[in-house]
Amino acid sequence: MSGVLKIAGRELSSRLFLGTGGLPNLALLPDVIDAAEPGLVTVSMRRTSSTSAGGLLEKLRAAEVPILPNTAGCLSAREAVLTAELAREALETDWVKLEVIGDETSLMPDAVELVDAAEQLVRKGFTVLPYATDDPVLARRLEDAGCAAVMPLGSPIGSGLGILNPHAIEAVVAAVSVPVVLDAGVGTASDAALAMELGCAAVLAATAVTRADDPVGMARALRLAVEAGHAARGAGRIPRQAVARASSPMAGRIA
Amino acid sequence: MKITVNGEQMEVGGTVADLLEARTGDRRPSGIAVAVDEEIVPRDDWARWPLQDGHVVEIVMAVQGG
Repeated sequence: MSGVLKIAGRELSSRLFLGTGGLPNLALLPDVIDAAEPGLVTVSMRRTSSTSAGGLLEKLRAAEVPILPNTAGCLSAREAVLTAELAREALETDWVKLEVIGDETSLMPDAVELVDAAEQLVRKGFTVLPYATDDPVLARRLEDAGCAAVMPLGSPIGSGLGILNPHAIEAVVAAVSVPVVLDAGVGTASDAALAMELGCAAVLAATAVTRADDPVGMARALRLAVEAGHAARGAGRIPRQAVARASSPMAGRIA
Repeated sequence: MKITVNGEQMEVGGTVADLLEARTGDRRPSGIAVAVDEEIVPRDDWARWPLQDGHVVEIVMAVQGG
């Protein structure tokens, strides 16, 4: 894995992506972005009757961070495609974090609608980053559909349960040649580090930061964890073994 | 003329730009996108896109989200 992350030919400045949802006070956002130094920042698209959402876009533009709109809340391919098209028009980016959920309780991706939406959006010229289950077969389907990355969940959205099935994340990494971005479930720094150690190319965290007691502190912690995990992956960890193996020489001991 | 704007029925006429002006005070607000009957209306067409009876209009913008 090289030092610089590229998705769809575009170099991103960091392997940590930041979601803005859940931040109790938007005034904190610039400091959170400073601490996280994210490669991408996500936003959602919602109906409006005014022209500003507390200055969200102004803050993101001032921070000069690339914006990744999502299709959060969409329950069908039809809704997700229209939301992506609205985002492209409003934000002048053809990148989209594609979310098609199956229900509003589990917030789990609807794999059938997801692949349908991904195919439609790729045809329309979008760079598609789909939020998916931790399923290597689905990941390959999404890659075949032309997605620029795949974003498997570590655990349910907002749960903070970390990576419940690390073997599945490793299997997704092995199954596709596009970058794998761990999305959903990160609760703290060790979860982000583990994702990178498993071979993910990046980590997206939202509520881990925005609902932490100290969002700025957690943003910094996740940045360091992603960097540490990526370095550890590159360095090659020792194999696990069930028996002890001395690191000090046994020869030359007294007595 | 009855149209549906963001899920609410209302009596309005004119173009997309007229509707935006009535709702936001701006005929060409930035960071906003508009769809009429699930078709995107490009920003440059707002001033000349006539609304018609029964149209379903969505006006959206970016908000905080993961």
